Amino acid sequence: MMEIGLNHFLVVGALVFLAGLFCVLTRRNAIGILMGVELILNSANINYLAFARYSSVSYDGQIFAVFVIMLAAAEAAVGLAIVLGIYQMFHTIDVDATDTLRL
Amino acid sequence: MQESAHIAQEAVVHTVSYLRWIPLLPLLGAIINGIGGAWIQTNLGKKVVGAIACAMPLLGFVLALRAFFQLLGLDPAQRVLLDNVFPWIHVGILNVDVAFQVDPLSSVMILIITGVGGLIHIYSTAYMHEEPAYWRYFAYLNLFTFAMLTLVLGDNLLLMFVGWEGVGLCSYALIGFWYSEWANASAGSKAFIVNRVGDFGFMCATFLLFWTLAEADHPTLLFREITQYAPLLEGQLFWGMGTVTVITMLMFLGATGKSAQIPLYVWLPDAMAGPTPVSALIHAATMVTAGVYMIARLSILFDMAPTTGAVIATVGAATAFFAATIGTTQFDIKKVLAYSTVSQLGFMFIAMGVGAYATGVFHLMTHAFFKACLFLGSGSVIHAMHHEQDMRKMGGLKKWMPYTYATYLLSTLAIAGIPPFSGFFSKDEILWKAFSGGHHIVWFVAVCAAAMTAFYMFRSVYMTFEGESRADEHTKHHLHESPLAMTVPLMILAALATFSGFLNIPHALFGHARFDGWLAPVVQHGAHAAHHDVEIIEYVLMIFSVAVAVAGILVARAMYQTRTLKPDWLVDAFGGKLYRTVYNKYYVDEAYDATVIAGTMSLSRAMAWFDATIIDGIVNGSAVIVKLLSQAYGLFDHYVVDGAVNGVGALTSLVGGGVRRLQTGNINAYLYVIVLAVVGVMMARIW
Repeated sequence: MMEIGLNHFLVVGALVFLAGLFCVLTRRNAIGILMGVELILNSANINYLAFARYSSVSYDGQIFAVFVIMLAAAEAAVGLAIVLGIYQMFHTIDVDATDTLRL
Repeated sequence: MQESAHIAQEAVVHTVSYLRWIPLLPLLGAIINGIGGAWIQTNLGKKVVGAIACAMPLLGFVLALRAFFQLLGLDPAQRVLLDNVFPWIHVGILNVDVAFQVDPLSSVMILIITGVGGLIHIYSTAYMHEEPAYWRYFAYLNLFTFAMLTLVLGDNLLLMFVGWEGVGLCSYALIGFWYSEWANASAGSKAFIVNRVGDFGFMCATFLLFWTLAEADHPTLLFREITQYAPLLEGQLFWGMGTVTVITMLMFLGATGKSAQIPLYVWLPDAMAGPTPVSALIHAATMVTAGVYMIARLSILFDMAPTTGAVIATVGAATAFFAATIGTTQFDIKKVLAYSTVSQLGFMFIAMGVGAYATGVFHLMTHAFFKACLFLGSGSVIHAMHHEQDMRKMGGLKKWMPYTYATYLLSTLAIAGIPPFSGFFSKDEILWKAFSGGHHIVWFVAVCAAAMTAFYMFRSVYMTFEGESRADEHTKHHLHESPLAMTVPLMILAALATFSGFLNIPHALFGHARFDGWLAPVVQHGAHAAHHDVEIIEYVLMIFSVAVAVAGILVARAMYQTRTLKPDWLVDAFGGKLYRTVYNKYYVDEAYDATVIAGTMSLSRAMAWFDATIIDGIVNGSAVIVKLLSQAYGLFDHYVVDGAVNGVGALTSLVGGGVRRLQTGNINAYLYVIVLAVVGVMMARIW
């Protein structure tokens, strides 16, 4: 039976990061982009926790991960508010259509 | 208040605080009627305007009486009341306060001004009742009273000058009261401008007096101190002449302007363009006597300058004579009275010139009574005749206007010098003082003038009141005696004209010359007017002058009443030329027109040409240069400065236009760039 080590976590983190990046780059829906950003943040969290578990004696990694989760929540709130504002202004949330800051 | 109070001879002064109200009440009336008069007249009626205006001089008269009686209770040497209102000018060595002073001389003047002035105010309420600008008239009249009272009450030359100018201004305003007619407005201007010539002399005299006293370490303009320090002027020279002589000559120039003497008398006859009560108040009773008052006030200076005295007596006699001759030929009743006023003022100046200051002031007072009465009488006639002033269209008026006739006749007797009317005492005293002072030529000329006075005054009586009426039927139908508001002042003035002479019965007639005694502490007794005991010649001269006056009356009666003498022989004498010359006032106005006025006008035309051509040329030329320069600057600004600014702007927008393409606004594009950049950085690290 294969021992699950640091590398496995890093690979999962990288896969999640790539999925998030792909989502961010390809989605034209603003909410989709936000979801991609959440994936990227969570991939970073996986890396923090992995390094914290396997190569450190302190709890720094876990604390950072908690901060990132909190930050992600805040970012989602602000981002969704912006999306709502954009929808009111343009009646769409397609980021290709909203390439100007003023009407 | 007196800086020089340490000097022992300082006159004792009694400080009181009610004197200020004598001039301030009329000023208050002038302000009320001047600002609110139109409103009062519309909403409360003319009666209220008139009541306010009349109350002020009458209250002033009450205060003047109070001052008079207070003076009467004092020791003769201490008869000075002072009301120091506020410090006025204290600059360097010049210290002048607004202070009002009453001494025997100014007490006489304020009684005349407020008393006669009050009567004339009352008279005016009836005379002017049809006037739309009623309030304006009374505002001016009150303002005049204020100015005249300031003139006589001021305790220094500067305050006197304020009043002096103020009466000139009010005179101007009232002569031109009916300013819509060109002749009236220009008569007002003439009076003002001619007076300015005299005022120039007054000012120069003030400056010279002040600086001469300043050099003697006693700079002052206060009359009390001038009297005290006058001896310091003795022996001083100014451009080779005695300083006192120069000062007094300049003062006299001022007096000739204000008091209508040769050569500046020309404005007074024209001043008759104003309403008749104004002529009575300003141009007979008060303002024109300001010159006489001023000489009496400064008699100490005039007494030190016998040369000036001789000049004054000569000018006075000449004026008295020439004005009387013109008076004999005029047909306008007010013109007759105007020339009579000039002539009578001449008599006052004779008195001043021979050093009989008290006598001159006495004649001033009696003249104020009888001439005011005569003017108001003529106003009553003019009022009844619908503003007809030509005596040729009058006649027989005594039937319709008994009160006016009686008062006019009494005053005429007074001015003619018939005893026991007031004019006899005052005029005869002047003649006697001139004769006894050795001025025999002056005396002779004055007696001739007195004879003519009797003649032309009775001529006016006969032409106006006696004989058949020459008025047209319409006027005759409306003839009426004037209302009480006009006749009562006439009666009071006639009574004064009749009896005021008894105030100064000379010693020769067993009197006590009380008026002279009253003024004695203030005016000089005339060092160069000889003092004689009662002489037989005085009686001879007295009888002679009365006889001459009676002769004048008889000639007038023969010519204009009984018509036994035809005026034509006088007219035709010397081929009519003499008559025409006199009738046209010796062509003095024309001569002034041709010389002084034409000269001034051509000077002003030359100045106007200079102004329009040279000065304006310089101004316009510089304007053209500035315009050209500014055009050049404009071009520079447009092309160089603006070019630089616009160039910077254009460059910026060009660069911006290029760079803004990068900022697409497409989020995906930004993300691609970010990812590529990160990948690029990572690749670079790995290699």
